[in-house]
Amino acid sequence: MRIKQWIAGVLLAWCATQVFAVAPIKHWQSSQGGRVYFVQSTGLPMVDIRLQFAAGSARDGQHYGLAKLTNRLLKTGAGAWSADQIAQRFDEVGAQYNASVNKDYAQIQLRTLTDKRLLDQALTTFQAIAAQPQFKEGDFQRIKSQALVELKQQQERPAHIAQKAFYQALYSQHPYAHLSSGSIETVGTLTLGDIKQFYQQYYGAKNAILVIVGDLTEVQAHDIAEKLYEPLARGKSAKPLVAVTLPSSGKVEHIDFPSTQTHVLAGLPVLSRIDADYFPLYVGNHILGGGGLVSILFNEIREKRGLAYSAYSYFSPLAKKGPFTMGLQTQNKQRKVAIDVLQKTLHDFIEKGPSEAKLEAAKKNITGGFVLRFDNNRKLLNYVAMIAFYQLPLDYLETFQSKVAEVSKEDIKAAFKRRVPENLLQIISVGGSGE
Amino acid sequence: MIVRLFILLIFYSFSANATEVQERILVNGLKVLVKEQHRSPVVVTQIWYKVGSSYEPSGITGISHMLEHMMFKGTDKHPAGEFSKIISENGGRENAFTGRDYTAYFQTLEKSRLAISFELEADRMQHLHLLADELKKELQVVMEERRMRTEDKPRAKLQEYLMAMAYVNSPYKNPVIGWPSDIENYQVEDLQQWYQTWYAPNNATIVVAGDVLAEEVFKLAEQYFSAIPARTIKPLKPQKEMPQVGVRRMTVQLPSEVPYLLMAYKVPSLKVAEKDWEAYALDVLAGVLDGGGSARLPARLQRGQKIATSVGAGYDLGARLEELFLFEATPVKGKSLLDMEIALKTEIRALQRELIDEKELARVKAQVLAHSVYEQDSLFYQAMKLGMHETVGLGWQTSEAYMQKINQVTAEQVRTVAGKYLVESQLSIAYLEPQSMSTKNKMGANHAH
Repeated sequence: MRIKQWIAGVLLAWCATQVFAVAPIKHWQSSQGGRVYFVQSTGLPMVDIRLQFAAGSARDGQHYGLAKLTNRLLKTGAGAWSADQIAQRFDEVGAQYNASVNKDYAQIQLRTLTDKRLLDQALTTFQAIAAQPQFKEGDFQRIKSQALVELKQQQERPAHIAQKAFYQALYSQHPYAHLSSGSIETVGTLTLGDIKQFYQQYYGAKNAILVIVGDLTEVQAHDIAEKLYEPLARGKSAKPLVAVTLPSSGKVEHIDFPSTQTHVLAGLPVLSRIDADYFPLYVGNHILGGGGLVSILFNEIREKRGLAYSAYSYFSPLAKKGPFTMGLQTQNKQRKVAIDVLQKTLHDFIEKGPSEAKLEAAKKNITGGFVLRFDNNRKLLNYVAMIAFYQLPLDYLETFQSKVAEVSKEDIKAAFKRRVPENLLQIISVGGSGE
Repeated sequence: MIVRLFILLIFYSFSANATEVQERILVNGLKVLVKEQHRSPVVVTQIWYKVGSSYEPSGITGISHMLEHMMFKGTDKHPAGEFSKIISENGGRENAFTGRDYTAYFQTLEKSRLAISFELEADRMQHLHLLADELKKELQVVMEERRMRTEDKPRAKLQEYLMAMAYVNSPYKNPVIGWPSDIENYQVEDLQQWYQTWYAPNNATIVVAGDVLAEEVFKLAEQYFSAIPARTIKPLKPQKEMPQVGVRRMTVQLPSEVPYLLMAYKVPSLKVAEKDWEAYALDVLAGVLDGGGSARLPARLQRGQKIATSVGAGYDLGARLEELFLFEATPVKGKSLLDMEIALKTEIRALQRELIDEKELARVKAQVLAHSVYEQDSLFYQAMKLGMHETVGLGWQTSEAYMQKINQVTAEQVRTVAGKYLVESQLSIAYLEPQSMSTKNKMGANHAH
């Protein structure tokens, strides 16, 4: 077993040479009071810039889909420029713009080269999109009808139907209960007035973070922050969301659908971004269903029984309790068998916890591969935005490995037992009857 | 203004492209490519085998992909699952993918652990266990994969049917994952033979990108791979596609909600093009149509005429055989697939009649140049480009010369390829006609002609 010895040698070397420090996050407030986070990343003449607002679909109220449609409309006309002109201004300097929404936030993002003339043109356009969207009726109608066709197309997908039912089961009356794309009924009733009001309420400097990662000096980053925050309305920070209450009882629901496979989702609302149980649950899930091709779920569902191509579990931490999700897809006639294995695997894990060997292996994976989490600008930007938006400590990445190392088998067992009550599990399946 | 920007971009990409690819061929024919990049202490390893679905005879379509799955099922030295366990305990990420012209395996690791990848890949290049019990289970997994990727996705099925119609005898007519009845009937012997035929050092390329020194990588490669004997690799039969002699049309009726259109024109890939510039001009043409928000299709059909909900065009010059130039579109509510088809053909005619604007050409080139900087943010992508070009037979140098070749494309050349290739006789077109989702409809495809 030469490789085993070899690996041992490498591990020693790794401990001795672990000098790669996480690039420091510089943090300050713009003169308007907007929060700024900057990481200098040299070597490539490019920069990624993201403005993120607490304006996710949890702020939709009864207008499901409002946050997403607002975010999507921003680039269809801003400042002095039409949708065509905005697209041209980005494309001719090779800049890339994108925008997206999840439950907690809405973000707009720019990737551009750092040469001054190219950067200036991209940035001026980006600034207008953030601060001076035109929200014209024609553009609104066009984007709305696109969104409606997309929603209709989503009805073809069993995965979508399952997800929609799953969030509804987990969150009932909570604003996390609907998908950010909304529904045909709710998007159909949206008006331009709704969009304008949503924008005014949530797209202000006080409700934003700005993240910059790239080959710029701190002085340049300061200038960009001033330029982006200056024209934004001051606004105010969004009110905290209400707490999530757990479902009152467990649920098993099957939805008939004309597909060859049944999609299964099972879970509960569990984990928020700032949560005392974060590390035991995170490491525990890595072993249960998170760690790629070696997790317990992957082994039980796919490797041992050939029941599915993908089988996984994950926590999605949000401002309030985000979902714990287990999932798989299997041919219709195997639905019951697969759900049984899923439940039994979770049950055994909660009762017994992970083996010491599996815990050790998971820790090695997480710490040994730690640099892979932010080995390029895009990944780094995502991490910094997460730290900034949820106001995690700026040394979050530096302390991450030691917190993982501290987790014990007993911590994991206790945390799962307390936080994932099996009797409340929500199980949704969507597919054919299998007869 | 545009021209000045363009010159700046060229200057930029020069300074960013400082690291050159280094190549070494071992005595057994294994090619090793190294791209040093020292931004993060990480190394990406990819091993590319020259075999994929376009190598497969009928009856065993999808077997390259099946073998890719079986490659994780253990060797004499490392039983099933241990490969993944070792990579995982070393903090690595790994997986594999199969295409029409290649099968590739990859690991990403902290830089000092490259030898772990090499040891494991060298082992499974020679000593794979192919057991009936494991195959039986994994075959079910692949069937589930097919259901997930194709069977329950009307648009994916439309594409599968379109490919089968567009090609007459080219192996590109078969789906990479294989036809269901072929998947269900693989035997261990089929896989054994496939493995013995294609998994040899002289049929593979290793690409390493990251915080490494090329000379040390070459030394490690010698250490782990040089003892593996070369095999005789029989040349592939050409399977040159029969000329298309008229438009081909198809309607696919499936339970779905939204109509959808695919149009595919037969075009040369760079590998089969008589003149290289034709492939690069087709690539620029795809950029004029669909490269960014200001390109013609989104600008004219989504925003201008408001006829399309979504619309796109694409061309991949890096294929081994004759390729398709694809259009896809979803009409807005109230417009038909025929309206959509006419609108797309009107755009094509415009490209055949009038030269594209110099501004459009400059825009496409500026985007290609900017992208050449952005792509260096991803080690994986850089390695992938080299591996793919090498494996389809273009040589990795092609990937390094790409930007320069795009720069040389003229507006006249773009008009020429539009006129020569995007013509009715070379077109295959498929309509997805939604059938009710509530009752169970018989699934199938009807050829209209």
